[in-house]
Amino acid sequence: MNFQLTKEQEFVRKMVREFAKNEVEPIAADIDKEHRFPVETIEKMAKYGLLGVPFPTEFGGAGGDQMSYAITVEELSRVCASTGVICSAHTSLCCWPIFAWGTDEQKAKYLPNLLSGKHLGAFGLTEPNAGTDAGGQQTRAVDGGDHWLLNGAKVFITNGGYAEIFVVMAMTDKKKGTRGGITAFIVEKSDEGFSIGKTEDKMGICASSTTELIFQNCKIPKDRILGTVGEGFKVAMSTLDGGRIGIASQALGIAQGAFDVTVDYMKSRKQFGKKLSQMEALQFEVANMATQIEAARLLIYQAADMKDKHLNYGPKSAMAKLFAAETAMYVTTKCVQLHGGYGYTKDYPVERMMRDAKITEIYEGTSEVQKIVIAANVFGK
Amino acid sequence: MTFKIIVCAKQVPDTNVIKINPKTGTLMREGVPSILNHDDANALEEALKVKDQHPDTTITVITMGPPQAKDLLIECLAKGADEGILVSDRAVGGSDTWATSNVLAAAIHKIGDYDLIFAGRQAIDGDTAQVGPQLAEKLDVPQVTYVEEFKIDDNMKDITVKRAMEDGYELIGIQTPCVLTAIKELNTPRYMFISGIFSAKNKPLHVWSAKDIEVDLEIVGLEASPTNVFRSFTPAPKGKGLMLEGDTQQEVVQKLLIGLKGKHVV
Repeated sequence: MNFQLTKEQEFVRKMVREFAKNEVEPIAADIDKEHRFPVETIEKMAKYGLLGVPFPTEFGGAGGDQMSYAITVEELSRVCASTGVICSAHTSLCCWPIFAWGTDEQKAKYLPNLLSGKHLGAFGLTEPNAGTDAGGQQTRAVDGGDHWLLNGAKVFITNGGYAEIFVVMAMTDKKKGTRGGITAFIVEKSDEGFSIGKTEDKMGICASSTTELIFQNCKIPKDRILGTVGEGFKVAMSTLDGGRIGIASQALGIAQGAFDVTVDYMKSRKQFGKKLSQMEALQFEVANMATQIEAARLLIYQAADMKDKHLNYGPKSAMAKLFAAETAMYVTTKCVQLHGGYGYTKDYPVERMMRDAKITEIYEGTSEVQKIVIAANVFGK
Repeated sequence: MTFKIIVCAKQVPDTNVIKINPKTGTLMREGVPSILNHDDANALEEALKVKDQHPDTTITVITMGPPQAKDLLIECLAKGADEGILVSDRAVGGSDTWATSNVLAAAIHKIGDYDLIFAGRQAIDGDTAQVGPQLAEKLDVPQVTYVEEFKIDDNMKDITVKRAMEDGYELIGIQTPCVLTAIKELNTPRYMFISGIFSAKNKPLHVWSAKDIEVDLEIVGLEASPTNVFRSFTPAPKGKGLMLEGDTQQEVVQKLLIGLKGKHVV
């Protein structure tokens, strides 16, 4: 048992914290207000390797580990949850399944551009009628001889409007359903019959791009299947196990960021002739928040460490995501309360952070889904 | 032919965080993070820019300090430097600027050939701005301080620098080998690369003792240092200024003179 970060992981934190402070924080409020995807930040993240942290250098990655990736998303999300999720969805949901399930040819073709950040990636599983019930896929892929023909639509796709490469699930055999009936495809933005639909107008993470993907007789070459035909559900579920580390880290970052600005605020805000930080009732709130944040961090780092060691980390990442998301919601709500009326205005970042926190309880598996995963591990499937 | 740059860097306490003990007049370093001195980051950045333009450039970063100053070298390697050298020895501890430049000169003699030495103007903990110039004297090479613009000719020999002055600048031509000291206006330092962090361990990082650099122990360390820090203090904040207003210049000057006379200044 070793709770110390390695030297490299400490340096990753130092680097991303500096980067976030100089490049991300100054524009966070503006891009939220303008609902503007921060293209300029993504270019800078690409330059420094923040879009390929946990992948080997032979494919153009930074040669880091899952822990460093978790730290990266955490530090970005401390100042801007939108920037955090852009990194997380790209890394966990597009780069990872291609890295883990792709053929040598697929890896050679897609990973260098994705990991260097030249191309952004996205993942398409959710449909209008298949959210938590992912098995209810209505997007169909039909064998057309030398190609597959995709028809249907995906919704709520993070990075949708700016991605070049998409990992998309479609039903290839409805009779088999979830187990054996779903197949994972690599879709390129320029594929015939593929288009981006509506862009969602969201409560939070407003600077991230969330769109529909539309497939109308979309022709996909045969060599674009990820895994084998019928293995799509396994591809998707293994991808989401890792994605949960990313979203848990995002939630942790939001909580930590809100906590930090609130502690600073409490040290300067005076009421009844005393600083808020000198009032015991409020100190107790801070103590509770600090403890929950630290507990969430330990769960996440444990899940990331287990993934690095190729252990069965799925149930742990579900716990990490469940607990971190609830912590983010709890902490940001308290932080707004501790700011009083100011906290409810857009002049203070906690207002944005509270809106951003909510999504972490919903996407990449709702808190309820995490409980299903955790309970299944307790009672056996 | 390889162009060899040596960058002198120092690990310093983050002055945004540090406090001075008002009773003892010493810096309270406990729990204060150490950082790469700001001007030195500019010095490294300019060296890295030369390397970006001329890939056949090697950058060696040298520092003197306790064992944990290795972290500073790792940071420089992660940004793109090729080699790090830490001179660490109890015998050189407590050196003032004169003794420090003796140590650095000895270490650079051991390194051997070089084309260019880049240092920061000054360190944020001592603010002396003496080590760079002293080093140039001891190595017997020309120097330009306060460099705010740098250009090297394709012959990798002729350098033109803009030297910042209080009321303007000097444009100076200089040839390698030489010592230049950088100020923050020179550039914006890059961050560490994530891949650089993970590959830094594959780059050479040497720790040298006083014996390794064959320096005369009579001219290094606390005992040999001709200067000592007497006391550190935070200057008391100045009082608020007084703005004089008036319709004419004459009126304002008149008010000023009345004020100065009242305080017996004139």
